[in-house]
Amino acid sequence: MDIHEYQAKKILSDFGVKIPTGGIVYSPENAENKAREIGGSKWVVKAQVHSGARGKAGGIIICNSPLEVADATDKLLGKKLITNQTGPEGKIINRIYIEEATDIKHELYLGLVFDRSSESIMVVASTEGGMSVEEISKEKPETIIRSKIEVAVGIQQFQAREIAFGLGIESKLISRAANTIIGCYKAFSELDATMVEVNPLVVSHQDEILALDCKMSFDNNAMFRRDEIAELRDKTQENSNEVYASDRGMNYVSLDGNIGNIINGAGLAMASMDMIKLAGGEPANFLDVGGGATPEKIVKAFKLISMDTKVKVILVNIFAGINRCDWVAEGIVQALSKIEIKHPLVIRLAGTNVEKGNEILKKSNINYIEASTLEDAANKAVKALG
Amino acid sequence: MSIIIHKNTKILVQGFTGKIGSFHAEEMIKYGSNVVGGVTPGKGGMTHLNLPVFNTVKEAVDETGASTSILFVPPAFAADSAMEAADAGIKTCVAITDGIPSHDMVKIKRYMRRYPKDKKMGLVGPNCAGIISPGKSMLGIMPGHIYKEGKIGIVSRSGTLGYEAAQQLKDLEIGVSTSVGIGGDPINGSSFRDIIEKFENDDETIAVLMIGEIGGPQEVEAGQFAKENMSKPVIAYIAGLTAPKGRVMGHAGAIVSAYGESAIEKVELLKECGVTISKNPSVMGETVKKVLVENNLN
Repeated sequence: MDIHEYQAKKILSDFGVKIPTGGIVYSPENAENKAREIGGSKWVVKAQVHSGARGKAGGIIICNSPLEVADATDKLLGKKLITNQTGPEGKIINRIYIEEATDIKHELYLGLVFDRSSESIMVVASTEGGMSVEEISKEKPETIIRSKIEVAVGIQQFQAREIAFGLGIESKLISRAANTIIGCYKAFSELDATMVEVNPLVVSHQDEILALDCKMSFDNNAMFRRDEIAELRDKTQENSNEVYASDRGMNYVSLDGNIGNIINGAGLAMASMDMIKLAGGEPANFLDVGGGATPEKIVKAFKLISMDTKVKVILVNIFAGINRCDWVAEGIVQALSKIEIKHPLVIRLAGTNVEKGNEILKKSNINYIEASTLEDAANKAVKALG
Repeated sequence: MSIIIHKNTKILVQGFTGKIGSFHAEEMIKYGSNVVGGVTPGKGGMTHLNLPVFNTVKEAVDETGASTSILFVPPAFAADSAMEAADAGIKTCVAITDGIPSHDMVKIKRYMRRYPKDKKMGLVGPNCAGIISPGKSMLGIMPGHIYKEGKIGIVSRSGTLGYEAAQQLKDLEIGVSTSVGIGGDPINGSSFRDIIEKFENDDETIAVLMIGEIGGPQEVEAGQFAKENMSKPVIAYIAGLTAPKGRVMGHAGAIVSAYGESAIEKVELLKECGVTISKNPSVMGETVKKVLVENNLN
C-alpha cells in the first residue's frame, strides 16, 4: 500500500527526521492562509498523488507570494496529473501540500528496501539526489552506497555514520545525518514498511538535513496489525476496478489489452496472460480468483470483468485440484445465470473431473467456446476478437 | 529415493483442528501420508481424525517422533508457529499460510540461524502448495492424483502452475520424483537453489523442471548454481512475460523492481547458465520430454 508524500513526511518526522514546515490544504483560500501561517517569502505547492516524477509533470510549483500559492493550488486541485508513472489516465489531485521553500546546498538519495538476496533490510544511498534510483544505477553506479542491516539488532550508529561519511557530509553534520538515517530505518522496521525513499534528502545552506520528498510503501499482509497505516489509504489514487477487487479479496491488476481473464492461481494467471500475448492478443487484466475458485468467487470475478469497458472477449482458465471441475463448472453456470455477458466467452477447464465439468457446461444453455489446453484457450480467445 | 518426504516420514499438522487444517489433513491421510497427530494450543489431549492433538510442538515431537510439520495457522500467528517448530526439533516445516508479513519472514529466518546446521529446520513456503513425493507421501494441498510416480523433480513458486506441469507430464507418461512448491512470497523459507541442490543429490531424480516467475533474484541464482554444480539437466519456465513493471501480480513477490527480475531478463540469464527454456507454459511437459530424449534419459 502506498501513501502520500505529506503522510510519509509526518511519519518520518515522528521518528526524528527533519522536514520543512508545511501543511495540507483542500482549497485556494486554505492555501493562501497556510502560506501566511508558514511564513517566509517562498513556498512550494505540491500536488499529492501516488506517483514520483511529479515535478516534470507540472505537479510542483514554486511561488513567491501567498496569492501565487492560492493560484497554483487553484490550478492543480481537481485536475489529473499525468506522470511517467501514472499511465495515460493520470491520477486525481484532491490534496495540496504547501511547504516552505528550502535553500538547497546538496541533494542526496536515501532509500530503504528489503534485499531479497540476503533477506535483510538494505539502506541504499547516493550523492546524486533528485534522480531516480534506476537512473543513478545506470548513469552513476559508482556513487551508490549499500549497507545491509542485521534485522535482529537493527541499524547501528556506526553503519549510519559510514553511510553519512560516504555521502561526503561535513563532519559537523554527521550525527544529524546519522540520526536521519536511523529514523528512516526505525520507521521502516517498526511500521511494516516495504519501502522508504527520501529523494532528495537535502543539506541546506542553514546546515539542516531535511527530507524534501518522501515515498513510503507498506506490506498489505501486515495491515491487520497496522490500523494507523491502513487508515492512510487513499482509494482515489487507485484504479476503481482494482479497489473493487481488493475489497472482495481478489488479486486484480488492470492492463491495457482487451481480453479479460478469470484464472485461479497467480502463476497460472501470469502464464495465461503470456499465452494470450504469444497468440497475438493483449490481456485486459490480471485476475487470480484464488486456488479454490469457489462459485461465489467466480460470480464476483464475472461482475468485475464485466465492469471493464475495454474487454471484448473473456477467457476463463481454471485448473481444478481438490475443488473439482464439475463443481467449478456449476459455479460458472450459476454465475452466468446472474450476470449477462455480451462478449464471446472461452472456457478451459483442467484437472480433477475435467470431463464431468465440460459436460455440465455443454448441457447448460450458456454460450461459450470450449478449449482444451492453455495454448488452445489463448488462440481461441484471440480468434474470437474477430 | 525422493527428496524431503518419503513413505514413512512422520507428519504433524500445526493448526490441526481448524477447518482448513482438518480438510487437508484428511486429504493427506487418504493419499497415504503418515500423519501422526497435530498441534492446536489449548486442545491438547483431544482426539481429532483419530489422531492425538497436542498443546505444543515439543510435546508432539516427544510423543510421536515426528520430524516434519505442515502449517495451516492464520498469518498473524504463523511466524510464531514456525519458530516453535524450529525449536522443537522439526526437520522440515511446510508453511501453507498465505499472507505472512515480510518483516515476520525475515524474523523467522534469523531465528532459525541460532541452530547448528545439523539441527536447523528447513522451511518450505509460505504461501505454497507444499510437497509431494508421488506414491509415497503428500505434505501439501495439491490434488495428489495428477502426479505420476517417476523421475522428474519439479520446483515451482506457483501452486496451480505446478499442477499444470504435473498434468502435462502425466499426459506424456512422465512421472515425478518429488514436486516442491516454494511459494509466491518475496522472502521464503527455501529458495529454488536450495531445492535443486537436493534434486542433484537425489539418486532417483534425473532432471529438474523449475517454474519461476517475475520478481526477485532466486531463479537466476539457481541457474548459476546449476551451471557450476549440476550434472542433471534443468528445464525452466518463467511466467510473467506481459507483467507490467512495478506492479504486484497476485503473489506478493511477483513484482519487477530491479534489473534481472523481468521474465525476459530471467530467461536470457538462465539460457546463459545452460538451462533449457520452455518457451511457453503449454509446452513445459514437451520441453522436459525433448531434453530427456536428447540426454538419453528416457
